[in-house]
Amino acid sequence: MADIAFLLLIFWLVTTTIDSDEGVKRQLPPPVPPDMEQQEVKDGDVYNVRTNFRDELLVEKEVMSIGELKDGAKDFLIATGTGLLHPERPNVTLSDENLKYPERQWVRKAELLTLEQSYLAAGQNKRAEKVREKLTAIELFGGDYRELPGSALISLQTDRNTSYDLYLQVQNELEAAVNELRDELALAKFNESYASLEERYSRTKQESLLDKIKAIRLVYPQRISEAEPRDASQGYY
Amino acid sequence: MGKFKKNSKRESGAISTASLPDIVFMLLFFFMVATVLRTEEEMVKVVRPEASEIYKIEKKHLIRYINIGPPQDKRYGTEPVIQLNDQFADVALIRDWVENERLTLAEAEQTKMWVSMKVDQDTKMGVVTDVKQELRKASALKVLYSANSRERTN
Repeated sequence: MADIAFLLLIFWLVTTTIDSDEGVKRQLPPPVPPDMEQQEVKDGDVYNVRTNFRDELLVEKEVMSIGELKDGAKDFLIATGTGLLHPERPNVTLSDENLKYPERQWVRKAELLTLEQSYLAAGQNKRAEKVREKLTAIELFGGDYRELPGSALISLQTDRNTSYDLYLQVQNELEAAVNELRDELALAKFNESYASLEERYSRTKQESLLDKIKAIRLVYPQRISEAEPRDASQGYY
Repeated sequence: MGKFKKNSKRESGAISTASLPDIVFMLLFFFMVATVLRTEEEMVKVVRPEASEIYKIEKKHLIRYINIGPPQDKRYGTEPVIQLNDQFADVALIRDWVENERLTLAEAEQTKMWVSMKVDQDTKMGVVTDVKQELRKASALKVLYSANSRERTN
């Protein structure tokens, strides 16, 4: 009896693999309609990350190692972000490096209220909803905050011969940058890390948690745009 | 007649092993419950890269897999190929595949489908980009780049 059971057990152990479905999550952009107009972006508002066919990294026109990328991206996302972030980051001294990044703009309660009224009057309910989200954020933070300009984004361009490993590491570091900043802000404001807020929300679906999550996302949005890849090998022959 | 006489000097008996099968069966059932049988055979070799920002999908039935890597069987060469379900496939087939896979889900869940890309870490981005473009065209926008978890670097 025991022998048979052992045989079965060993059979199971050998034939099954614990299949884990975990990885880096990404939302792809929807397909672009052919008639869509190109948006103008200010050069300073884009954080350019490029990888080439030799698996080298070029960030803002300078060669960088993958280990430095996270801090670089964090600098960009903090931008010239005093205001809300100042008390939470007392050690941050804004260098000349930071000054070239886009300036965060004030989101003020009084302006939002009038904006909301005008949207409601015009029947643009979706826009009014967006404004209301910002108002909730102000309430939760206990004061006005500064947001990244809408044109600020991280642009990632790969070569067709970049290895997948490097691509994923880049994606991972960029996400880590956002997550660390979000954790930092959430800990300062809500005494709880962002990751734990999300985890709790996925379990309990509490509205109040969602509001907090949204507020933090407003300050640190995840904006990674992937440009069409290049193909350097075509240019050499 | 003394053949069956009890040995009066005998000490206390050995520990009973009667419950051993039960224990073993308990282990067996634990493994049966805790492991998931792989439904499809992997025809490509995939060494997954490592990442720290890991997301775990809870509803496994919403996931469909695309494997990309060099074929297990050397006769098919060493260049990375795409595997959909149990077959090697061309990039052009991905859109049809997405449509078909979507139909296997309940109607309410069709928009929630995840595509998990299991890509070998040495694969060049060219193939991966082509696949991603096809996924966009098929409106399968939720993608998971399958990876092993590691600690965040400082």
